[in-house]
Amino acid sequence: MAKRFTIRHQTGFTAIAAACFVLLYLPIAVLVAYAFNESTSVSEWGGFSLRWFVSAWNNVQVIDASIRSLKIASSAAIIATIVATMAALATTRTRAYRGLTFKYAFINQPLMVPEIVTGVALLIFFSQIKVATGYSGLGYLIAAHTAFCIPFAYLPIRARLENMDLTLERAAADLYATPWKAFRRVTLPLLWPGIIAGLMLAFVISLDDVVITEFVKSGGQDTLPTYMLGQIRRGITPEVNAISTVFLLLSVVIVTLFFFMSRKRD
Amino acid sequence: MPETPGRNAIEVRGVRKVFGTGEAQVAALDTVSVSIRENEFFTLLGPSGCGKTTLLRLIAGFDFPSEGEILLYGSDIAPLPPFKRPVNTVFQSYALFPHMTVAQNIGFGLEMLGKPRAEIDARVTEMLKLVRMEKLAKRRTSQISGGQQQRVALARALAPQPKVLLLDEPLSALDYKLRKEMQIELKRLQLETGITFIFVTHDQEEALTMSDRIAVMSSGKILQVGSPRDIYDRPAERFVADFIGETNFLSAKVDSIDGGKARVTLKSGATISATLPDGFRPDGEATVVVRPEHAKAVKGAGDLSGEIDNVVYFGTDTHVHVKLDGGELFTVRQQNARGAVASFERGERVGVVIGDDAAQILKD
Repeated sequence: MAKRFTIRHQTGFTAIAAACFVLLYLPIAVLVAYAFNESTSVSEWGGFSLRWFVSAWNNVQVIDASIRSLKIASSAAIIATIVATMAALATTRTRAYRGLTFKYAFINQPLMVPEIVTGVALLIFFSQIKVATGYSGLGYLIAAHTAFCIPFAYLPIRARLENMDLTLERAAADLYATPWKAFRRVTLPLLWPGIIAGLMLAFVISLDDVVITEFVKSGGQDTLPTYMLGQIRRGITPEVNAISTVFLLLSVVIVTLFFFMSRKRD
Repeated sequence: MPETPGRNAIEVRGVRKVFGTGEAQVAALDTVSVSIRENEFFTLLGPSGCGKTTLLRLIAGFDFPSEGEILLYGSDIAPLPPFKRPVNTVFQSYALFPHMTVAQNIGFGLEMLGKPRAEIDARVTEMLKLVRMEKLAKRRTSQISGGQQQRVALARALAPQPKVLLLDEPLSALDYKLRKEMQIELKRLQLETGITFIFVTHDQEEALTMSDRIAVMSSGKILQVGSPRDIYDRPAERFVADFIGETNFLSAKVDSIDGGKARVTLKSGATISATLPDGFRPDGEATVVVRPEHAKAVKGAGDLSGEIDNVVYFGTDTHVHVKLDGGELFTVRQQNARGAVASFERGERVGVVIGDDAAQILKD
């Protein structure tokens, strides 16, 4: 009998896997380690200390930027997830028709268009609206973030819907559930893990964005990433490491929570 | 067809269902008409793609007919959405709600109908008892076996007391022994609840053992409707004779017709008497069918004659393959009762005795 091809038994598999892990996680490990550095250097160890966490906490700009980031990310993620859920329902609960593929492409457009293009386009577009309306609040950033978050929220929701047995909705209708009740009582509860996944993905993507934010933000609207980028230009201290560490912890907590929630539901 | 006594629960009138458009148009149902009586166990039997599931879906409301009407106790339900039809379905895949318990699944229909909590609880308890699942009420549907899921699906569909229960090949996912058990169980439930059952299957044995009446379907048409005995003993068309059980086909020439019977001459020159389908008057060529167990191989003369081609032993019975004098092959099945088995040699000349009423003429 011919030997079956298993990727795990190919020469070099272990070495490549190990190299990938090292490349991915070693820089992060170093970053986290130096967040606890006593000295002002991000590369020379001067003993253990929490001073940079304290310093970040007392830095009004950091706190401002963090709150702004969280505001934008949560608003954009929620709006994007609602839009994405509706889009996913509309594109899966239908027979295939001409133009459906075009719709997929249209919804996922932000994944394809280079961010820099979207950034410049939004800059020009929003500046005209700013002139016309005089409004210069966070709305522009939220709108921009919502737009590029939609495909990230859409993909897990659509995947969940496609794997869902359509007969379940049919069974609900057969048992006297109106379309709305069938959605509320059957589709939505089964869709939750997908929606939560979409929401978290959108949240993280928004939290992380630099390019589009840099173009769209008005003066004094720094988000945490754009603030950190600005700080690094002026000389870097372990304060940046400390902020990054806190955010890393936050995303680990979110992902872990999601993992346990989705496991409980299945 | 015999006159229909009693009320009709469902009347399907001239229903056509066409999928696709233009050149690619396919008729899944080609002008089907059938009446299903109140309290009857009615089976739609046919191979996959014959339209039986399409017909069931039209009755359930998951699809709408291109033409024709579907009457439920006299009123046309064809344009109604499924949630407005007092008809419930047991799905092939059961389609139990995975995020609900067994009891919540069973109560779902009543809840959607807006029944008070106390009534729902009482009915759920009653249904759990009916399908013998009282102990598993609080379980998730993923924590019970396939047979138990089947029972829950049945209880869920029966709980709202539908006028008609539709069953879409509900036993096909079960193993042989469980399927036998559920066949008896289904029959019991139908008798106890008095609800009209419309059962879809491709399994002829299932259809024969459970049904009050069977409709045999092929290529979007209903070929024959009748009791299991009618369908088995008096198939009207080649497809029905071939699809249900084993049978011998013999080509024949019609000599004379007398009432419901005809005298026919077979290829070998032998003449026998055969039953005609209702209202059918053939002239010239016809096909005659004889079930293998309705004939007997004998040493000496019979209605037909030929020589032994092969003898196959099956335990409960023996199949004797006879090459008739006209060249056609004929199978006889005889029960292996103690001491009653004649033994035959290959090539031995034998007679074949055809029982009274055993030969049937086909329409095509």
